[in-house]
Amino acid sequence: KPNWFCSNLLETCSTRRGFCLGVLSDSLDRNSEVFHVNSNTMNHLISELKSHVKKVLAGGGVEAVKRNKSRNKLLPRERIDRILDPGSSFLELSQLAGHDLYEEPLLSAGVVTGIGPVHGRLCMFVANDPTVKGGTYYPVTVKKHLRAQEIAAQCKLPCIYLVDSGGAFLPKQADVFPDRENFGRIFYNQAIMSSEGIPQIALVLGSCTAGGAYIPAMADESVMVKGNGTIFLAGPPLVKAATGEEISAEDLGGATVHCKTSGVSDYFAQDELHGLALGRNIIKNLHVAGKDDFTNRLQNINYDFKEPLYDANELRSIAPTDLKQQFDIRSVISRIVDGSEFDEFKKLYGTTLVTGFARIFGQVVGIIGNNGILFNESAQKGAHFIEICTQRNIPLVFLQNITGFMVGSRSEAAGIAKSGAKMVMAVSCAKVPKITIIVGGSFGAGNYAMCGRAYSPNFMFLWPNARISVMGGAQAAGVLAQIEKANKKKQGIQWNKEEEENFKAKVVEAYEREGSPYYSTARLWDDGIIDPADTRKVIGLCISASLNRAAQETKYGVFRM
Amino acid sequence: NFHVIVRSFSERIEKIVIANRGEIACRIMKTAKKLGIRTVAIYSDADKDSLHVHYADEAIRIGPPPPRLSYLNAPSIIDAAIRSGAQAIHPGYGFLSESADFAQLCEDKGLTFIGPPSSAIRDMGDKSASKRIMGAAGVPLVPGYHGSEQDIDKMKFEADKIGYPVLIKPTHGGGGKGMRIVHTPDEFVESFLAAQREAAASFGVNTILLEKYITRPRHIEVQIFGDKHGNVLHLYERDCSVQRRHQKIIEEAPAPNVSRDFRAHLGQAAVSAAKAVNYYSAGTVEFIVDTVSGQFYFMEMNTRLQVEHPVTEMIVGQDLVEWQIHVANGEALPLNQSQVPLSGHAFEARIYAENVPKGFLPATGVLHHYRVPVSSSVRVETGVKEGDTVSMHYDPMIAKLVVHGENRDAALTKLKDCLSKFQVAGLPTNINFLQKLANHWAFENGNVETHFIDNHKEDLFVDTTNSVSAKEAYAAARLSASFVAACLIEKEHVTLTRNTPGGSSLLPVWYASPPFRVHHQAKRRMELEWDNEYGSGISNVLKFTITYQPDGRYLIETEENDSPVSEVKATYVEDDHFRVEADGVSNSVNLACYTKEQIRHIHIWQGSSHHYFREKLGLELSEDEESQYKPKFETSANPPGTAVAPMSGLVVKVLVKNKSKVEEGHPVLVLEAMKMEHVVKAPSSGYVHGLQAIVGEQISDGSILFSVKDQ
Repeated sequence: KPNWFCSNLLETCSTRRGFCLGVLSDSLDRNSEVFHVNSNTMNHLISELKSHVKKVLAGGGVEAVKRNKSRNKLLPRERIDRILDPGSSFLELSQLAGHDLYEEPLLSAGVVTGIGPVHGRLCMFVANDPTVKGGTYYPVTVKKHLRAQEIAAQCKLPCIYLVDSGGAFLPKQADVFPDRENFGRIFYNQAIMSSEGIPQIALVLGSCTAGGAYIPAMADESVMVKGNGTIFLAGPPLVKAATGEEISAEDLGGATVHCKTSGVSDYFAQDELHGLALGRNIIKNLHVAGKDDFTNRLQNINYDFKEPLYDANELRSIAPTDLKQQFDIRSVISRIVDGSEFDEFKKLYGTTLVTGFARIFGQVVGIIGNNGILFNESAQKGAHFIEICTQRNIPLVFLQNITGFMVGSRSEAAGIAKSGAKMVMAVSCAKVPKITIIVGGSFGAGNYAMCGRAYSPNFMFLWPNARISVMGGAQAAGVLAQIEKANKKKQGIQWNKEEEENFKAKVVEAYEREGSPYYSTARLWDDGIIDPADTRKVIGLCISASLNRAAQETKYGVFRM
Repeated sequence: NFHVIVRSFSERIEKIVIANRGEIACRIMKTAKKLGIRTVAIYSDADKDSLHVHYADEAIRIGPPPPRLSYLNAPSIIDAAIRSGAQAIHPGYGFLSESADFAQLCEDKGLTFIGPPSSAIRDMGDKSASKRIMGAAGVPLVPGYHGSEQDIDKMKFEADKIGYPVLIKPTHGGGGKGMRIVHTPDEFVESFLAAQREAAASFGVNTILLEKYITRPRHIEVQIFGDKHGNVLHLYERDCSVQRRHQKIIEEAPAPNVSRDFRAHLGQAAVSAAKAVNYYSAGTVEFIVDTVSGQFYFMEMNTRLQVEHPVTEMIVGQDLVEWQIHVANGEALPLNQSQVPLSGHAFEARIYAENVPKGFLPATGVLHHYRVPVSSSVRVETGVKEGDTVSMHYDPMIAKLVVHGENRDAALTKLKDCLSKFQVAGLPTNINFLQKLANHWAFENGNVETHFIDNHKEDLFVDTTNSVSAKEAYAAARLSASFVAACLIEKEHVTLTRNTPGGSSLLPVWYASPPFRVHHQAKRRMELEWDNEYGSGISNVLKFTITYQPDGRYLIETEENDSPVSEVKATYVEDDHFRVEADGVSNSVNLACYTKEQIRHIHIWQGSSHHYFREKLGLELSEDEESQYKPKFETSANPPGTAVAPMSGLVVKVLVKNKSKVEEGHPVLVLEAMKMEHVVKAPSSGYVHGLQAIVGEQISDGSILFSVKDQ
């Protein structure tokens, strides 16, 4: 009977579905003390983080913001909002760069960077904040600008520079001007990206003096706002000093001069809103048909994805601040992947490294997460899994919570260095998009094998509880104390217990400070600190941006066998 | 229970031409289709995509837009009927419906004219002649002069004899066109001449009659019906007292506050009137009722189906067009007088495209949004659909809203509800005004009379000096605007999710709601321009900051400090329909948007309120040149002394020349639209400049006609 046959077939299918292969179970004990302690400490960390962000969002002081407004100028984030597609997301990068870095506060390092869509095209925004030190470039400002360009080059994102800057911060010119990764690199990058067909667009919304003048000049297309926008190699005071010529800023390098006479700029804007609208228009007219960059967009994406089964807010209760406390990385994975479905690879082998396939917003990803110290087996498993993903062009997500590789005679004899090298080789050479999230500790060679900053992940973010250092503070104190003790012994000095503890405490304190996520993010060792509850969204946005280019072929070096 | 007497089967009507357009053409086709009669529409070039054309089985083009070349072009229509093989022509109302010549022409060409005999049309069409006949038949008449001597001195003499106020009326035509009320002897000559001119333009005949003007009158009319066998009955009366510019806007049946005796007398008088002219088919005998004396007088008889026939249909449960067709087929009336039922009460409200604050001037435009209430006891007779243009060529009526209830109160409740659900965006309408009328206490009590609108104008029209009302209106608009903001953003999100820019790939994650921001909530601003009618139409810009909340709600703040912050949740239902929740109250909301000249026009309907906002979209320009950039909301208020066309229309008279000296209020030119004359007067005293209009020129609404300067 055909009817019977059909219904039976359907039943079989639904049963197979009902089996729920790979769905992670909910292992979180919400009534445990650990859960509450973790929630409390994490919430404390998040509110501290948000209070820092709140200051940053307010701009560079009440007076400066007022002055900015009086010139009919918006704050950088408001400018970006008006260029972005209405109702679209914006992935801001290194929001707290420059935090506690200099004697004076340098909010967001004086420049807002990030990614968002304009007319359906992802763009990299680099927006000077004129309310922060006149938008001048400190060393970290340059670093942040260059990092944005690096991401743009890597992901082939058109760059929109919202220029409103007094140029290099002169007192720190030695750390801003001369080196390879200094100010000049900005224009170098513009030239190279332009040559690669990555559009470079400058909107001159304020001053654009000296070196800064090259940003619009080097751009493919530029817009200038009447009255506010000026471009000149030397401003009126310097001109007067150099040649005696007396001239107003507008007549020297205003929009009229550059759009009508010099040709330095291409589009004349009546006011800032008009200028921003012109910027949107330029992106609308970018024509990319026939470029192979977008073949990646036709990947096997399942648009009918499910949200994770478990509440993302619970990610705020999983990770402990005491990094000695282990937690199952699968409880993080189950809250960031579609339908909490995770098909684990080599589940029973090298169990301290969790590897497997999942989807995030429908896109297949390979996830590598730490569940303890890396052993020989775990490192080799990691290398194996990375090879699979690069072969299949599957983006990799690293969830770092690693104290390092196993030490000791047994490990050394078993060739832990060799195994670690295999994983580092695989991570280094993998040309698929790599996203790293540090959800706990990031110590020693574990940082390397798990795609730390030096391994050029496309994006790297930290949770507020993260710690990065070559080793733990206590361990470092122990090592240094032993060396110091030996030195003192050679000199015949006896170290009492109290002195030793003081010495250790200082080391621990320094490690604590330098291992803090704020210390890292202030120096751009990462792309920002995120709320654990936002992890899935951030990874989704990062993968989307990373897939904005054609797949690249991965070639490995020599694996030590 | 109709029975065929005269005709053989082959002569029965199987196909009819409807010599009309708009709602009435559709209405007639509906009945024809029910009876299995095929329908032929005729249309002018302006109507080639109109509803009546699409609704008909066949459609034949009869000429260009001007009525005299199309819907008044009798030979062309007859030709269309012959070509299509139809046996009959239904003229509807207006156009050729009361042309005895046309009825005669049909007869001559062997076509059945679905209407009264041409002799009756002729008798009743001449108002003076009709009064004579009625007088002879014993029907009461208003004192007046109906003589053929039209000399101005004689007319003046007669007017003085009747006593002022006196009504001047063209002997031909109807619908209030060309009518004038003269209050004092010295106004008489000017009014008389204008009435003559309008009559000539509209009806081709410029004879005028004079009547005593009754100061507190009611307009009550009786629907009569006759067959070709000499039977005439009445289907009760309608009260059509509520009028503006002498045109009806709300009609009801039966008339309120009328005794059974009065009703019977009125009906009997109407039947006598019809019998006096050997009437058959549908007709209406109009009476003027003096509310002071309780006396009624014959005014005129309309020898056609009336616009407001549906209210009668609703209370007697009959289809009058069906009766007309049966009568045309020679069948006898299905009922006798005692069998005519009277059930409940019905209202009809006429929805017009018109500018109420500008003295109900006809408006033109595109129906960008058009939704009508739907219910089993509600009829909406319409000839337009969404996207249609209401042009200056024809009557600006958009639809008739007809409701029926078991009594007057029940029907009125329904009427109010339906009016609040009647949604039109794209052109100004009288819906808001009709709502005010329907909700007025005097109307609720049935205290209707012809001067109703004038007598209650303080309640019905906006008092622009009332600051309390202005403040209340502002608060209501602000709330509505916050709903608009939430709905627009929600709709935008839904659209983006369904159709992400940039096509496939992972891009949809960038358009998830709420939009992602690192450690803060995305915000946006919205500026909606709104005209406060209480503040002399001064426009306000309502500025909002909207913050996306993590739970999908919108936190809406205005830039004024004293106004409340609201958290609004908008859910898109379908099409233009949303549900909006604020402060725990969920509302059904309809939103209509259309874009014209870089401005988004937004209408919102919520409960019984309707608001209209504008949002400037001017920033996404393709031109970048200095000169082409226009600042936002250019408030190019014309300099004082400038006269602007109050409506679209034809220039029929230019009364002064450039550089001539005028006093304030001096007539400068005369515009005509929908056969209605409108005098454009000098806005101030001085000299006329820039007057370029010439007779016969078409002027569009809002264009500058001339200016008056000191020099």
